[in-house]
Amino acid sequence: MDYISEFRDSAAIKLLVREIGKYSDIPLKVMEICGGHTHTIMKYGINQILPPNIEFIHGPGCPVCIMPKERIDHAIVLARQKDVILATLGDMMRVPGSESSLIKERADGIDVRPLYSPNDVLNIARDNPDKKVVYFAIGFETTTSMTAFLIDAAVKQGLKNILFHINHVIVPPPIEAIMDSANVRIKSFIGPGHVSAITGIGIYKPIVEKYKTPVVICGFEPVDILQGILMLMRQFNEGRREVEVQYRRAVRPEGNPKAISLIEKYMDIRDSFRWRGLGDIPKSGLKLRDEFKHLDAEEVYRDVLPDKPIDDHKVCRCGDILKGIARPYDCRVFGGYCTPETPIGACMVSSEGACHAYYKYRRDDG
Amino acid sequence: MCLAIPSRIISKNNLLATVDVYGAKREINLMLLPEDAEIGDYVLVHVGFAIQKVDKQGAEEALVLLREIAEAGEGQDSS
Repeated sequence: MDYISEFRDSAAIKLLVREIGKYSDIPLKVMEICGGHTHTIMKYGINQILPPNIEFIHGPGCPVCIMPKERIDHAIVLARQKDVILATLGDMMRVPGSESSLIKERADGIDVRPLYSPNDVLNIARDNPDKKVVYFAIGFETTTSMTAFLIDAAVKQGLKNILFHINHVIVPPPIEAIMDSANVRIKSFIGPGHVSAITGIGIYKPIVEKYKTPVVICGFEPVDILQGILMLMRQFNEGRREVEVQYRRAVRPEGNPKAISLIEKYMDIRDSFRWRGLGDIPKSGLKLRDEFKHLDAEEVYRDVLPDKPIDDHKVCRCGDILKGIARPYDCRVFGGYCTPETPIGACMVSSEGACHAYYKYRRDDG
Repeated sequence: MCLAIPSRIISKNNLLATVDVYGAKREINLMLLPEDAEIGDYVLVHVGFAIQKVDKQGAEEALVLLREIAEAGEGQDSS
């Protein structure tokens, strides 16, 4: 077993589609929270091979997509500071800020390093003792654990030239914000597989209790998503409302306690964080704990960092798409002015964005 | 960025490891793993870190479910 091909097997896919078809009288409006799931769905045409009683609503699980312009501008301002090397994960490079992007800055000679792995931050810091390496940290709980590891390593190894700009967010609050807003049609969730590998499944129980929406945590192969849909159908058919794990090869109920305690050691929950499209959501973002304020780029560079909220371009519908009330093709500029090479909004830039997925995998029938 | 790939450990050096993923070799960090992983184990790798060991029994369970569906289907008329 390589744990991948078994879950892409076309016979298994056909089998699951047939089995799901037996529940054609149950309407299923399901939000897949994670952008990675949106990509699998679009790549394998899962929304097209399933019967019409099943409707996918794309969720806000794209940490680059949800970051408002003013935070992108922070990255640019920090990169431009004297003796700063700005390091961040590759997806951030092309996201448009209000006037520029990190890739444009790099083209202009500013020292911006796109990383494959947060591990590289430590090497950059050691190789450049006269510079300040600012790690612009993005991501949900999965990547948050890596930032916590980096902070731990920097502290233990006495690396004095690393600062952190924390933009980490957590899954449950935006889901509650979406479910609490008007016109919500979501009845169930496909839960994020790798976030859950870190957090465990307890974080979804309040959502199930409050909104009576089953949650099935799925892997990222087509068989995983289809199996998850089948599990949701069976819950509705049997009158159950539970958190279940389809992705048993990766998700344990308790998650990864080592990663969780490392996160809790260094980070705390912010009172509020502004999300593109969803606005200010209380207790949805993380920050460094007070005793680590000296490592916090937002503190150290407080005087130069802008703080006015900046709205998106008027034509950009990324906010509505993240709320699940519009699809990429509802946007006037989708595929025309807005493409991955010339993005207007973050949903098109990020490899997890819904617009990017639709653009990449669209077929002639739309 | 959500994605994590099951990768087989082919060598270990303390808390770093080399893994094989689709024939490509990558060096990864094992320090976030909640339990030990040995050569030959599969781990889920996300941006250079192993976040969990692949639970072989969990993988088997999913495949058993598929087999059950297939067998149940063979006993029924398809509509």
